[in-house]
Amino acid sequence: MKEKLVVIGNGMAGMRTVEELLKIAPDAYDISVFGEEPYGNYNRIMLSPVLAGEKTIDEIMLNDLQWYKDNNITLFKGVKAVDIDRKKRTVTGDDGKAVPYDRLLIATGSSAFIIPLPGHDLPGVIAFRDIADVDSMLEAAKTKKNAVVIGGGLLGLEAANGLMEQGMNVKVVHIMDTLMERQLDEPAAKMLQANLEERGLEFLMGAQTESIEGDGKVEKVRFKDGTEVDADIVVMAVGIRPNFELAAKVGIHCERGIVVNDTLQTFDPVVYAVGECVQHRGKTYGLVAPLFEMAKVCANHLAKHGIGLYEGTVTSTKLKVTGIDLFSAGDFTGDETTEDLVFKDESRGVYRKLVVKDNIVQGTVMYGDTIDGTWYFDLMRDKTDISDFRSTILFGQAHLGDSGHGDDNRVAAMADTAEICGCNGVCKGDIVNAIVDKKLFTLDEVRAHTKASASCGSCTGLVEALIAHTVGGDYSVAPHLKPMCGCTEHSHDSVREEIKKQELKTMPAVREALGWDTPDGCPKCRMALNYYLLCQWPTEYKDDSQSRFINERAHGNIQHDGTYSVIPRMWGGMTTPQELRAVADVAEKFNVETVHVTGGQRIGLYGLKKEELPAVWKEFNDAGMVSGHAYGKALRTVKTCVGKEWCRFGTQDSTGIGIKLEELSWGSWMPHKFKMAASGCPRNCAEATIKDFGVVCVDSGYELHVGGNGGIKVRATDFLCAVKTEEEVLEYAAAYMQFYREDAHYLERTAPWIERVGLHRIKEEIVDDADKRKMYAERFYVAQSVAQDDPWKERVDGGEKHEFTPLKEIRG
Amino acid sequence: MSNWIEVGSLNDIPKLGARVVRTDKGDIAVFRTADDEIFAIKDECPHKKGQLSQGIVYGKKVACPLHNWNINLDSGEAVAPDEGCAATYPIKMDGDKIMLSMTPNDGCPNN
Repeated sequence: MKEKLVVIGNGMAGMRTVEELLKIAPDAYDISVFGEEPYGNYNRIMLSPVLAGEKTIDEIMLNDLQWYKDNNITLFKGVKAVDIDRKKRTVTGDDGKAVPYDRLLIATGSSAFIIPLPGHDLPGVIAFRDIADVDSMLEAAKTKKNAVVIGGGLLGLEAANGLMEQGMNVKVVHIMDTLMERQLDEPAAKMLQANLEERGLEFLMGAQTESIEGDGKVEKVRFKDGTEVDADIVVMAVGIRPNFELAAKVGIHCERGIVVNDTLQTFDPVVYAVGECVQHRGKTYGLVAPLFEMAKVCANHLAKHGIGLYEGTVTSTKLKVTGIDLFSAGDFTGDETTEDLVFKDESRGVYRKLVVKDNIVQGTVMYGDTIDGTWYFDLMRDKTDISDFRSTILFGQAHLGDSGHGDDNRVAAMADTAEICGCNGVCKGDIVNAIVDKKLFTLDEVRAHTKASASCGSCTGLVEALIAHTVGGDYSVAPHLKPMCGCTEHSHDSVREEIKKQELKTMPAVREALGWDTPDGCPKCRMALNYYLLCQWPTEYKDDSQSRFINERAHGNIQHDGTYSVIPRMWGGMTTPQELRAVADVAEKFNVETVHVTGGQRIGLYGLKKEELPAVWKEFNDAGMVSGHAYGKALRTVKTCVGKEWCRFGTQDSTGIGIKLEELSWGSWMPHKFKMAASGCPRNCAEATIKDFGVVCVDSGYELHVGGNGGIKVRATDFLCAVKTEEEVLEYAAAYMQFYREDAHYLERTAPWIERVGLHRIKEEIVDDADKRKMYAERFYVAQSVAQDDPWKERVDGGEKHEFTPLKEIRG
Repeated sequence: MSNWIEVGSLNDIPKLGARVVRTDKGDIAVFRTADDEIFAIKDECPHKKGQLSQGIVYGKKVACPLHNWNINLDSGEAVAPDEGCAATYPIKMDGDKIMLSMTPNDGCPNN
C-alpha cells in the first residue's frame, strides 16, 4: 500500500512542494490537501495586479481543480484543519473528518497582522491577504469614495495603488518617515513617494493611528495628534505573521514560526513544514523565492532521495506597481565597515546604490532603472570581487565593454511585438503569454517553452526582467548553486570538487557517487562530465566519444544540411604555396562548393559529406597539414600580424610568438572554444584585445590580455600584466589556460568566467605567485603531452571507422 | 506483413550511438541504448530535418545535433514542450543480427 501524505495548506509553498514531489516520485504517496480557501492554488503575490485591474483571478491561478483530479490528489476545499493527533497520525478538519497520514506537511502560510486599535473590528476594515480581501476591496471601490491604507510597506503601497486605479481617493498612513523602510533607503523612498504623489496618492507620514471610528461601519480614522480623516474603508497592511497556532497546539516546537531544520523537518520527524509559517535558522520569510527553494528540498526528502539541504535564501524585492521600477536586495543600509557606491540622476528618475564591503556587494537599492538588478543580485550571491570594474559598476553590466542590447531596458514599456530573442525570433508577447499560460517561474522553464535566451543567451537579462515583471519576482537560485542539469542537484563546482576529492575517474562512477537521477545522464551533463574527467585525469581518463557533440566526434562542423566543413590548421595564420596547392587540389578533387577565408586566418572548405572526410583529411595529412579544431570546445586559432619582420611599426616578432603559442596549445580541450591573437604593436591589427588570450607587443616586451570576446557580447580584454620575454609569454599563457580549464564551468567562455570570478582571482593565481603559475603551467604541459595527436590522422589510419560509414545501403 | 532485412549486427553500433541505413527513400537511423535496446527512426528531426543519427543518445532519447530537440526513440515523438514526430520502423534482434522492416509504423507522418 502507498504511504499517505497529508498537506495542511493549499497555498504556493504547499503545492509547489507537491509539484516537485510529483516530478521526482509521482507514485510515492496518496496525497490529500486541506485548503481553507474555496479555490485551487493561486499566485498570492499577483493579488496586487488583480486589485489594480490589470489581471483577473483566472490569470493568477496556478493549479485549478482539474489539476488535483489529474494528479489523484484529494482536495478538502474550504475545510480548515483544526487538530492533529500525532500518536494516531491523523489530521481532523472543521467538518469533523479525520484523515490519516504517514507523513504530514504543514504549509499554513501567514496571515495579515491586524493592529488591535479601537474599532479594528468594524465592518469596512480589510486586510490584504487573499482573494476574499481583494473581492471586498473591489466591491467597496464600486460605491465608496475614501480609502485609508495603514502601512507604507510593499503590501500597503500595492493595495493603495490598486484602490486608486479603481477610482478611490487613497490616503496612505505610515508610522515611519519614509516608505518601505525595510526595502529602501531614504533617497529611493523619497523618489518613490514623489512619484506616487504625482499619480495621486496622498501620504500621512510619521502618523500614529489612535482609533478607527464609526457607527456600525468605518467612517473616520483618528490620529494621536487629534486630527481625523474620512474613510469608507480602511486597509490594514502593516505586516504578516506566520500561522503556527495549530502546530503549536499539538506540541510541535514553534518560536516565531514552526521551527524546521535544513531538511524542512519539524521537531516531529514525520512532520515537515515549508513556506511562510516556518522559522529556519532563526529567520522567517515573506517572499516567494525562499518558498520555492524550500519546496524543492522538502520534496526531495519526502521522496526519500535524501539529498539537498536548505541553507536559507538571500531575497530581493520588487514593487508590483506598473510604471514604477524598484529593486532592493541584501543589506542596503550598511554600517561603519561598509562603503556606499551611489548614482543619482533625479530628472531622469534614476537612483542606484550598492553597499560594498571589501569589494564584495552586500546589498543594493535601485529606483527607476532596474535592468541590472539581476546582475547586482548575482554578484552579491556569488560574492564576486568587484575591484576590477568597480569604477563602472554603477553604470551597469552593459558598461563592462559589452554592446549587448543597449537601451532596450524597460521591458514593461516594450510593445508585445518587440523582438527579445534575436536568435530564435521570440517576441515579448510570446514570452509573456508562455509565462502566464504555462505557469512558468524560472529562466530555464521559459527557455524550454519559448526558446527565448536558449541559444546565444545575450537576451537573458531581458527575459529575466520579463519573468520578474510578469509573475512578480526573481525565482532563480544563486548561479553558483544552480544544478548542472536535470539529472542532479549538484552544481558544476561541486561536481568538479567531488571528482577530485573522491578520485572519481569514470562517468558511471561520478553518477553513482553523486546520486544521479538518470542511469546514463543527458547530453548536457555527459558532455560536461566527459570534459571534467579529461581535465582532471588527463593521462588516465578514456575519452567517451558517445558523450561528445557530433562536431567533436566527426572532427568537422555539422552544417544545416548535414554536410561538414574541413578547416586545416595554418599556424599563426601563416601558409605556404605547398599548403595552398593542397587546399586547391582537395577543393577540386572533392567538388567543394564553398572555399572561404575564415576570420581566424585560415581557409575553410564547406559542403563535404561525412563519408568523404577521412579521404579529405588524408590529402591534407599528406601535405603536412593537421586538424584546425575549428569544430571543438578547444584551442581554435592564433591570429597574428606580420610584426617587426615586415611592418615598419612592429616592435616584436608577433608571428613567431603566435606560432609558438599555437604549437604550445593546439589539441587541448577547453570548457569552451578558445581563441588567441598576437599583435606586433599597440595598433593591434590582429585584434588581440577581443580574444580569450591576447598578446600585444610593445617596445619593452609583451602585454598580456585576457577575457575578450568578439561574439555575442563584444567584450574588450582585461589587462593581465606585462612581461619581458617570449618564454614568459608562453608560461603565462599555459598557466592561464590551465586555470581556465580547471576552474570554468563547461560551456563558459573566458569573458563570462572572468566576470564571474573576477580578474583579481586570476591575477592571484597566475601573476602574483610564481610558484602557483609554474604549477598550473606544468599541469598544462602534462595534459598536452597526451593531447597533441592529430585526430584526422588517427581516423585516416582507421580509427572510429563506424563513424564515417553507413551501417548498410539498401537499394532498389 | 513486414519484410525483414538484415542490416548488421549489434556490435556494429556503439553503445549510446547510432548508425545509418541508406535507402532509396532516405536514411533510417538505427540506435543502440546503454542496455542494448535498438530502435529505428527516420533520420530527420521533425523540426528542421537535422540528422538524428548524429545526436547524443541518452536513456531512450536522442538530442538532435542542430537545435537540441529531444526525440523519444520508441515513439519518434519530440519531448515536450517541443511538438513533432519522426517516423519509426519495426526493428528486432535475431540472435546477434539486427533485422529492419522498411514499412514504417503507424503513428507519425512519413513524408
